[in-house]
Amino acid sequence: MRTGGGVRAKAFETALPLTLPIAAGFLFLGCSYGLLMHAKGFAFWYPVCMAYFIFAGSMEFVTVNLLLSAFNPIVAFLLAIMVNARHLFYGLSMLGPYRGTGWKKPYLIFAMCDESFAINSSAKIPADVDRGWFMMFVNLLNRWYWIIGTAIGWLVGGLLPFSTKGIEFVLTALFLVIFLDQWMGQPRHVPAMIGVLASALCLVAFGADRFMIPSLALMLALFVVLRPYLDNPHDDTSTEPKVGEPIKTANETAMEGESR
Amino acid sequence: MTMTFWQSVATIAVVAIGTMLTRFIPFLLFPESKEPPRFIRYLGDVLPYAMTGLLVVYSLKDVSLVSGSHGVPEAIAMLAIIGLHLWKKNMLLSIAGGTILYMVLVQLVFV
Repeated sequence: MRTGGGVRAKAFETALPLTLPIAAGFLFLGCSYGLLMHAKGFAFWYPVCMAYFIFAGSMEFVTVNLLLSAFNPIVAFLLAIMVNARHLFYGLSMLGPYRGTGWKKPYLIFAMCDESFAINSSAKIPADVDRGWFMMFVNLLNRWYWIIGTAIGWLVGGLLPFSTKGIEFVLTALFLVIFLDQWMGQPRHVPAMIGVLASALCLVAFGADRFMIPSLALMLALFVVLRPYLDNPHDDTSTEPKVGEPIKTANETAMEGESR
Repeated sequence: MTMTFWQSVATIAVVAIGTMLTRFIPFLLFPESKEPPRFIRYLGDVLPYAMTGLLVVYSLKDVSLVSGSHGVPEAIAMLAIIGLHLWKKNMLLSIAGGTILYMVLVQLVFV
C-alpha cells in the first residue's frame, strides 16, 4: 500500500510530461492575451480574474470586445454558452472517466478545457497510476499555465529577446498528434472522420467565427443517423468498470505505445 | 472603456457563469447515481474521436487558403508532424519538431 503522497507523486510524474506542450502554448497564448488587455488599457486584475473565473481562451478574447462595447449582459451570457458549446460534448465524453473521482470531480469539471480534455480522454493511464489524481494534475497544471501566462503577458509582454511568432502552432501540433494516436489505436475511423469533415465543411460554409455550433449540430446529426453502424452493444461492459478497476473505454486504448 | 466598474464586473460574471454551465450541465443531467441512457453512453464512446478532429480544424480556423502564405507553412508542418509521428511515435518529439519547423517557416521562409 502506497502512501497518499506517493500516489500523488506518481500521478504528477505521469501527467507532467504530457502537459509540457500545453505549457509552451498556454504561456505564449496567455501572454498575448495579457498583452492585449494591457494595450487596451485594462488593469492587471481584469485579465487575471478572467483567466481564473472564465478559463476559456477564445471566450476571453471575445470578452475583451464585450467590455469595450455597450453593457449587455444577456448577449454576453448567450455568447458564452454558444462559444463554449463544445464543452457539453466534452462533458458527455467524460461522464465515464470522471466517474468515482469523488471530491476531485467538481474541480475536474470546473477546470476542463480543450487541451485537458484532449489529454484526459485519450491518455492511456498506466494501471499503477491513480486516474483521479492524474486527471487532476493535468487540469491543474494546464489551468495555471494559462493564468500565469496571462499575468506575465500583462506585466512584461513584448520584452522577449527573440521572436515567438508561430509558437501558437504548438496547439495544432498537440491536437494533430493526439488525433494520430487515436487513429492508430483504433480500427474504426468513422467517428474521427466525422469530426474532421463536419467541422471542415462548416468552416467553409459558415466562416471562422460561426462554424462551431453548426459543426456540433452536424456531428450530432451524423452520429444519430449512423448509430446502427457505430453503436456496438457488445462494448457495453467496457463502460461499466468494476469498483477499483481503471475505466477502460475505447478512447483510452488510443495512446498505446506513447505516454512517455 | 465605456462601462462602469460594476458593469464590467457583471459582464465578466455572466460570461463566467455561461461558460461554467457548458461545463457542468452534462454532469448535472447525468449524476453518478443515475445510469445515463444508452444513447448518451454511445455518444461518450464516439465523441472523443470526433472532438479531437474538430479541435484540429478549430486550431486552423484562422488560416487563409486564399491570402497570405495560403496555408503552405501549416501544411508543411503538419505533414512533418505526421511523418515524424509515424516514424518515432514520440508525442513530445513530434509536437516540438513540428512547432519549431513552423516557427522557422513563418519567421524565415514565408515572411
